[in-house]
Amino acid sequence: MELADSELLIRITELSGENLRSCYQCGKCSASCPMTDFMDLFPRDVIKQILEGKEQVLLSETPWVCASCFSCTVRCPNEIDIAGVMEAVRQIRLREKYDRFHPSRIPLDELEGLPQIALIGCFRKMTG
Amino acid sequence: MKSITYFPGCTHHTNGRNMESSGKAVLETLGYQLEEMPEWICCGTVFGLSEDDLFHQVAPIRNLARVENAGDDKLVTMCAMCYNTLGRANLLVRKDKVALEALNRFMDDEPDYHGVVDVFHLSQFLRDEVGFEKISSKVRRPLKGLKVMPYYGCLLLRPEEVSIDSMEDPTIICDILEAVGVQSIKGSYISQCCGSYHTVDKKEAVARRAFEIISSARKKGAEMIALACPLCEFNLDDRQRLLSDNGMPVLYFTELLALAFGLEDSCDFDEHYVDPRPLLREKGLLGGSNGQE
Repeated sequence: MELADSELLIRITELSGENLRSCYQCGKCSASCPMTDFMDLFPRDVIKQILEGKEQVLLSETPWVCASCFSCTVRCPNEIDIAGVMEAVRQIRLREKYDRFHPSRIPLDELEGLPQIALIGCFRKMTG
Repeated sequence: MKSITYFPGCTHHTNGRNMESSGKAVLETLGYQLEEMPEWICCGTVFGLSEDDLFHQVAPIRNLARVENAGDDKLVTMCAMCYNTLGRANLLVRKDKVALEALNRFMDDEPDYHGVVDVFHLSQFLRDEVGFEKISSKVRRPLKGLKVMPYYGCLLLRPEEVSIDSMEDPTIICDILEAVGVQSIKGSYISQCCGSYHTVDKKEAVARRAFEIISSARKKGAEMIALACPLCEFNLDDRQRLLSDNGMPVLYFTELLALAFGLEDSCDFDEHYVDPRPLLREKGLLGGSNGQE
């Protein structure tokens, strides 16, 4: 029996343009990810929870730890742009006026040494 | 001297100025003058990945429209992130005419963009336009005996549509460095992410990435890392200050070319956290030690 797509899956599919239903949970994304030590869910689990319509996935740390390095994306045997799926999760939160990070959290003595490329990249990914 | 249009991006004028100054000097020796494109703005830094997020394509396409309007069809950048963001936005609008039209309408104060500009990273330009033979012909001091691990990071290689080389087995920076006598070391972590912009919000995670990448380079026998991105440079070099086991010099590959061409004045080694000069002196690669200066 095919379950109907949840609202969450529909929204993520619209935002990412990806067909998550082609995921067969091989875990290659998670094996390729250099940031899993800092994640609460493996990338594969994020995909699984979205497929199951579990809205709690929107509160996961994982999409905010993803650095959009595209290791998962280029290795997925089903050509799912997993980095794009992570961005879709972030976008859902950011479009609710949620800011993951605020510039005031950068200690002043560190701010001066940080390259612009890091600051702008961070704010583009982490603020709404 | 041929002129090429250059997109500096935010960081090669500031924290990453060593790559710009050495890259410029190297290109001049090879017969190319970098002309900074007029009125450039931020490239957008990170490519927008959402289907409906055209807004994040405005910055890169505005730059490309300005290049096209100035009559150019080629844009060279030294920054891996600028390369990736400009390059992907360009491919997007070449494929998606509706998106291009929407962007052109939105930027009604700019002349329209038609998708004619090709975006190059400097390393591609050196491989494809200049060629390794020409690079070798300008060497005044071969960098013999220097064991260097080229580090590629993510955005020069992924995703495939913008990859400058093989995604899993890149050789482009090795090949360029070997043309000036460097002994390149192939590491296992050369295309693993440095942690990118998380250096702002998760610097410990980035220091951990730096530790893993540098440890792998050491295990393979590398004495130095050479790279092509100002964010990778900060993360692998400056973040070593958070590590107890530090001291791996991290240079832009253009600085090594400059050194080989006798242009060491174009590199300000004080800009690096780990000073590469003790190693370079030990190898007889600084100053007039080999009598050729």
